[in-house]
Amino acid sequence: MKPNVIVIHHRDTVAVALEDIRQTESVRLPDGTTFPALVDIPYSHKVALKDIAPGEHILKYGEIIGEAKTGIRKGDWVHAHNLDIEEQVR
Amino acid sequence: METFLGYARPDGTAGIRNHIAIIPSVACANGVVAAISRAVPEAVPLYHGHGCGRAIEIDLHTRTLVNLGKHPNVAGVLVIGLGCEVIKAEKLASQIATVKKPVEHLVIQQEGGTRKTTEKGIAIISKMLVEARKMERTACPLDQIILGLECGGSDAFSGVTANPSVGLAADWLVDAGGTVILTEDTEMIGTDHILARRAINSEVADKITKMVAEAEKLTRDLLGPLAPYVIAPGNMDGGMSSIREKSLGCIVKAGTRPITQVIDYGQAPSEKGLVLMDAPGYDTESMTGVAAGGCQVMIFTTGRGNPIGFPIVPVIKVASTTQMYRSMEDDMDINAGVILEGGSLQDVGNEIIGFIRKVLDGAQAKAEINRQDGILCLYTLHPSF
Repeated sequence: MKPNVIVIHHRDTVAVALEDIRQTESVRLPDGTTFPALVDIPYSHKVALKDIAPGEHILKYGEIIGEAKTGIRKGDWVHAHNLDIEEQVR
Repeated sequence: METFLGYARPDGTAGIRNHIAIIPSVACANGVVAAISRAVPEAVPLYHGHGCGRAIEIDLHTRTLVNLGKHPNVAGVLVIGLGCEVIKAEKLASQIATVKKPVEHLVIQQEGGTRKTTEKGIAIISKMLVEARKMERTACPLDQIILGLECGGSDAFSGVTANPSVGLAADWLVDAGGTVILTEDTEMIGTDHILARRAINSEVADKITKMVAEAEKLTRDLLGPLAPYVIAPGNMDGGMSSIREKSLGCIVKAGTRPITQVIDYGQAPSEKGLVLMDAPGYDTESMTGVAAGGCQVMIFTTGRGNPIGFPIVPVIKVASTTQMYRSMEDDMDINAGVILEGGSLQDVGNEIIGFIRKVLDGAQAKAEINRQDGILCLYTLHPSF
C-alpha cells in the first residue's frame, strides 16, 4: 500500500500525515515499515516516529522544532499539546 | 561553463527578457505612464504609489527604482516625472544610465501637461522598441543568473513538497556558479541560529542574527504575547506547532549551500552563491525588493494558489498540492503535489531545474502569459507626511 506519511529529513523524529489517519490504523512509511497510530492523526499533522522522553528534542527538517512536554510514544500525534515551543520565540 | 540564451548588456550582465520599461518617478505620473502604455502595449509600465510625501524611505525607494531600471531584463527605460516631487525623474534617469542602456526622461510640468508628455513618450518608447527588436539572444554563462525565491499563500504542504523541491533547484544554481536570493525575514524568525551556522564567516553570521532579531523585535513590539502565534491559526490547524517549524519549511526552499552575503532591500548582491535580503514577508513588497536586486527569474511556491507575477521578471509558480494545481492550472507552472502521491522530491526538483532553463532561454511562465503585471509595491517603514 502507498505510504500515508512523508519523512522530510532522514534525521527527523516526526513524519507528516498525507491523509487523516485513524487511531489503530497503520502509519505507513515510504520505506515500507508500518506501525499503529495510537490516536487520530489529522491530515498534514505530525506523528512521532519513535518513543520520545520528556525534555527530549523533536526533529523535523533535520532541525530541532521543540522539546517533548510529556513522554511521547511512537505513533502519537505531536502538536502544541505535547511539544514545548516556549523557546521558539525568545 | 554551462550557458543560457540571453541578452548580453553593455555593463556585463545578461537579461532573459528584452523589455522597454516606463517608470514613474512619483505616483502622480502614473496616469501619463498608463496613457503611453495604452498606445504602446509592448512597453512595460512599472506603476507604484510613492516618490514623494516621505522623508525616511527616499533613499530606499530611489535605490529600488534605479535598480529596477538597471535590471538586466530591461533593454531601455523612459522615466516620467511630475516636476515638484522629491524623487526626480532626471536623477533616476541619470543613475540608471550608468549601466549604458538607452534611458530618457520627461517631466510633465516642463512638457506642458498630460497630452504633450504622452505624445513625446510614445515617440521615445516606439523608437526604443525598434532598437530592442534588433537585439538577439546569445550564449551567456549560467553563473550570471540570479534566482529570487518567494512563497505566498502557503499551506501545510508548502514546506513539505514545493519548498524542498525548490531547494534542490537553488543548490543546482549555486553549484553552477549562480546566485540565489532568499528573503522574507519575518519567515526566518526562529531559524536565525540555523541560518547563521551556514554563513561563510562570522561577519555574515552576525548580520543574519541581527536581521532576524530585528524582524522578531518588530513582530514582538507590535503583537506582544501573540508573537509566537504570528504563524496564524490557519497554520496551527494545518499542523504547524510553532513559528520555527513554519520558518524551517520556508527557508528549505533556499537549499543547503553556505550563505555568502546579507543585503538590504532592493540592493544588488556583490557576491555569488546564496544571499539573504532584508525584506518583509509580504509577497508583493519582497518581490519588488528581490527584482531590484537584479534577479532575472523568480520562483514562487504557493499552497492556496497565488497568481501574481512581476512586470519585468518571469515568476515561476510551484504548487504544493495536486488539488490546487488542478483548480488553478492556468496560473501554475509546476505541480510539486505529486510528492504526496509517491513522486520523488528529486524528480520534482529536476522538473523545476528543466523549466527554469527553458524560461531562461525564452519560454514564458504562466504569470507572463497571463500578464500578471499589477503594480509595484515598495517597502515602507513609516507613515507618509
